[in-house]
Amino acid sequence: MKTVNEDALQKNYITAAYGIRSWLLTRDHKRIALLYLISITLFFFIGGFFAVLMRLELMTPQGDLVSAETYNRLFTMHGVAMIFFFLVPSIPAVLGNFLLPMMLGARDLAFPRLNLLSWYLYMVGGAYTLYAMVTGGIDTGWTFYTPYSTGYSTTNVVPVVVGIFILGFSSILTGLNFIVTTHKMRAPGLTWFRLPLFVWSQYATSVIILLATPVLAITLALLGVERIFRVGIFDPALGGDPILFQHMFWFYSHPAVYIMVLPSMGVVSELVTCFARRRIFGYRFMAFAVMAIAVLGFLVWGHHMFVSGQSVYAGMAFSALSFFVAIPSAIKVFNWTATLHKGRIEFRTPVLYAFGFIGLFTIGGLTGLFLATLAVNVHLTDTYFVVAHFHYIMVGGAVMGYLGGIHYWWPKMTGRMYHEGWAKFSALILFVGFNLTFFPQFILGYLGMPRRYYIYPEEFQVLNVLSTAGASILGLGYIIPMIYLLWSLRKPRTAGPNPWNAVGLEWLTPSPPPTHNFDKTPVVTEEPYAYEEKSAHGG
Amino acid sequence: MADNHSRVAHQFDDLAQQQEASNLGMWAFLATEVLFFGGMFAAYAVYRSLYYDAFVAGSQHMDVLLGAVNTAVLLLSSLTVALGVHAVQRGNNGALTRYLLMTIALGATFLVIKGFEYSHKYAEGLIPGVRFALEGPDHVELYFILYFVMTGFHALHMIVGIGIMTAMIILTRKGRFSPEYYNPIEVSGLYWHFVDIVWIFLYPLFYLIQVHP
Amino acid sequence: MWDFPLLPEAASSTAAEVDALFWILIGVASVFGGIITAGLVYFNIRYRKNSKASRAGAVSEHLPLELLWSIVPLVISAGIFGWGAKLYFDMHVPPENAREVYVVGKQWMWKIQHPQGNREINELHVPVGVPIKLVMTSQDVIHSFFVPAFRIKQDVLPGRYTTTWFEATKPGEYHLFCAEYCGTSHASMKGRVVVMKQEEFERWLAGSRQEESMTASGDQLFRQFGCVTCHSQTSQERGPSLHGLFGSTVRLADGSTVTADERYIRESILNPGAALVAGYKPLMPTYAGQMSQEQLFQIIEYVKSLGGPQIAGERRNP
Repeated sequence: MKTVNEDALQKNYITAAYGIRSWLLTRDHKRIALLYLISITLFFFIGGFFAVLMRLELMTPQGDLVSAETYNRLFTMHGVAMIFFFLVPSIPAVLGNFLLPMMLGARDLAFPRLNLLSWYLYMVGGAYTLYAMVTGGIDTGWTFYTPYSTGYSTTNVVPVVVGIFILGFSSILTGLNFIVTTHKMRAPGLTWFRLPLFVWSQYATSVIILLATPVLAITLALLGVERIFRVGIFDPALGGDPILFQHMFWFYSHPAVYIMVLPSMGVVSELVTCFARRRIFGYRFMAFAVMAIAVLGFLVWGHHMFVSGQSVYAGMAFSALSFFVAIPSAIKVFNWTATLHKGRIEFRTPVLYAFGFIGLFTIGGLTGLFLATLAVNVHLTDTYFVVAHFHYIMVGGAVMGYLGGIHYWWPKMTGRMYHEGWAKFSALILFVGFNLTFFPQFILGYLGMPRRYYIYPEEFQVLNVLSTAGASILGLGYIIPMIYLLWSLRKPRTAGPNPWNAVGLEWLTPSPPPTHNFDKTPVVTEEPYAYEEKSAHGG
Repeated sequence: MADNHSRVAHQFDDLAQQQEASNLGMWAFLATEVLFFGGMFAAYAVYRSLYYDAFVAGSQHMDVLLGAVNTAVLLLSSLTVALGVHAVQRGNNGALTRYLLMTIALGATFLVIKGFEYSHKYAEGLIPGVRFALEGPDHVELYFILYFVMTGFHALHMIVGIGIMTAMIILTRKGRFSPEYYNPIEVSGLYWHFVDIVWIFLYPLFYLIQVHP
Repeated sequence: MWDFPLLPEAASSTAAEVDALFWILIGVASVFGGIITAGLVYFNIRYRKNSKASRAGAVSEHLPLELLWSIVPLVISAGIFGWGAKLYFDMHVPPENAREVYVVGKQWMWKIQHPQGNREINELHVPVGVPIKLVMTSQDVIHSFFVPAFRIKQDVLPGRYTTTWFEATKPGEYHLFCAEYCGTSHASMKGRVVVMKQEEFERWLAGSRQEESMTASGDQLFRQFGCVTCHSQTSQERGPSLHGLFGSTVRLADGSTVTADERYIRESILNPGAALVAGYKPLMPTYAGQMSQEQLFQIIEYVKSLGGPQIAGERRNP
């Protein structure tokens, strides 16, 4: 335990201690959040690099840039890096780690040592996976469908699976920490229905992580056993059932979509209320909607398997349940829009990302209806329509929310403001670049271009070139924020505790906050998002 | 006895909050564990309903007696854990140490018996992918794959449990526990009981299939 | 002005209905997307920070509104679900008079057998206006048979049969893709479906035939593998006769019943003990690993040629 002396009170969490050891052995949730921020950014650019090579290859119908073997590795490693090593940990492990204790009025998460262990597990899993990528890669697709992955692929399947297995425990520890912290460490007066929606979304996400990740772990373990010992668990040639693998895989991997997008929804609720200076519209509906999505998310995995050979009636049940997910999603989008009504909207960078999220998530969600519709799904599944749909959810949705959150809380994390002009500009070109990249893919998909094709019929070329052009703009949109955010670190710490004039316990602390967050545990006396009251009091 | 204040980590307000947090943490972890084993139980259920004959044939090769002995050993170990918690509640740390040692001994006994069973399976050529020579109905190999994967993961949990209990003994010897503060013992006990319960499911599912045709 | 298509050709009997559903979804998506976009734009302009618009009477709870935008999507979803499910069901049940074609997927080609004996690789010739039922399996990993112009797709799995059907409505050539990632040359596992007028198709059938019909090949295999010794019409002590079997309901030793379809016949050849016919002993050896997927299809076609339940009256029911 640290003793808090007068000197330490002046220090923030960054200056509290110096040296590499003080970072690698830290148990401060804020420092661990920064460690995560650096690590996942690395994986984001690795995954992005694979995407760039893919889009370049797809500029022409022939396979002239890379071979089939290389291309198959590229899309597999793009998926693995982006999904498991960037999107799943992105908002929880960075923003959640940093903010959850502060939003609850707590000094740290419930289990700081487990939190640090979680980062080390992430790094070990990540290092192992990187090693597997460098020494030959993997070409099974991130879905690892058997029997290809267990009996046919000659690539590094087992090392990658081991890497993801280890990573799974990192997610589980984060989720466990969040659940316990939310239950047990709320400040006095902070009842469940006074929690910011960001906390609700982190809580819902943590429940999914806790209940879905172990199923992925055991599925991948069984896959490893089958591949190493050549015994039949999923391979029909050895007596197994490949459909069972798909059921078990999607039991995790569908809820995983909500692991990625629910935290973003929480971020957007914070941003929209702050910059509209309004209480969130329909707070309880918003909180219940998040939980409803988390629960329903566990019941719809079979919609990935409408043409797999599962029974027609199972298909119908999964389709019906999938439509139900549309309801809470619609509630969220409508309520964000309604929150703007009679607000005082200020167009700062974070809220531009939030609006980007709402627009792109709406398109992603609505195209989800197409895929939930059985007969239409038959035509669309495994085509570029699906690729476009999930990128709208995961990049248009999850990454937009993540970047919006980074821009919103950057002054809190670093004490510095970034260049507003550049930030707005990059938000704009991200939005344009994203749509140019992925909207043509909806059309390609309906035309029938299958995914995971490195060569394609010539009539698809125009749309593919458009998509690649968009990707180059999109790439720029990711690099510019890297530059101005890093650049801002050279400036003095002038942001002040509450640059957005926002409500929420995290803004009561100095920027950057001290190691123990609060000198005195705050007492909560009002509803969340009390912006109107704040302006009424001239705040 | 050390004063309780130093037991409270800086992020908690008081001992009660800390204890509630660690209890909830363990329950949440056990929820994860349920789903981890749940995935295997789901695979078991699917394959048993598809290839019931193969599962019956496979279960004929199980040593029901050794399985029963192991079940008794584990039930006994759950009892000693519970008695250990009871002892620390009364401040009897000597008894706590003895009960924890007995728990470890029982856990080790379980693993030794399990080891004998595994080596018998090896001798009989019943280990898929390593040495498998059983002529039986189609898919009988699946039964043994699931047997080894599920009991193997269970044994792994036992080994972890023995490690935890060893750590608890060391902490007990250091005088860390008192009737006011024994939460780590309680939480470790929860874990131990969970691992026992998994075996309570594994035993009938693998050893006793033919009793209920 | 476009030199590239924006919509796929619609060349099957179900394509038009799938497209109709697709356009309805586009309509629904446009209305909802439009409402959200209009709301965002309008509120952002009217309630920008420095606007003079009145902020009086702002509400943050409005139950009727919340219920409205919960229930309206629910009702619309239910309608779309119902239509999609009905159409999906139709796409799974081939018409009675469908002609069968057998498909084997392997890394990385499609091998196709017509009952008449014609074989093709990465090409499928079919007549226009005739329902075609595809019986498919894979000899290695999972593939997926995808013809965008027909709006059909079906995964093709090793170790089991899957089926799909279509009725082509326009002569022409259409893409055939493998839609489930299957390894290195997945993107090259494609071909074409050639839809021909009835007479042309008959001419093609006659002109490109290299071997006898699948029934004849199956008959030959039936003797070669010795099936005939137990499953002939005369010697029924050891095994049931297969006359009138296909499509009939078979009572099994464990009391359950199954329909004798392609899957059942395949299962009975490869794993005879799994579904033992009532009244017989488990004498039959397995033929797993002894026959290729194509040969299995030929034997199935031969069993089909022995008639269906319409002649079941002649069957001895043990």
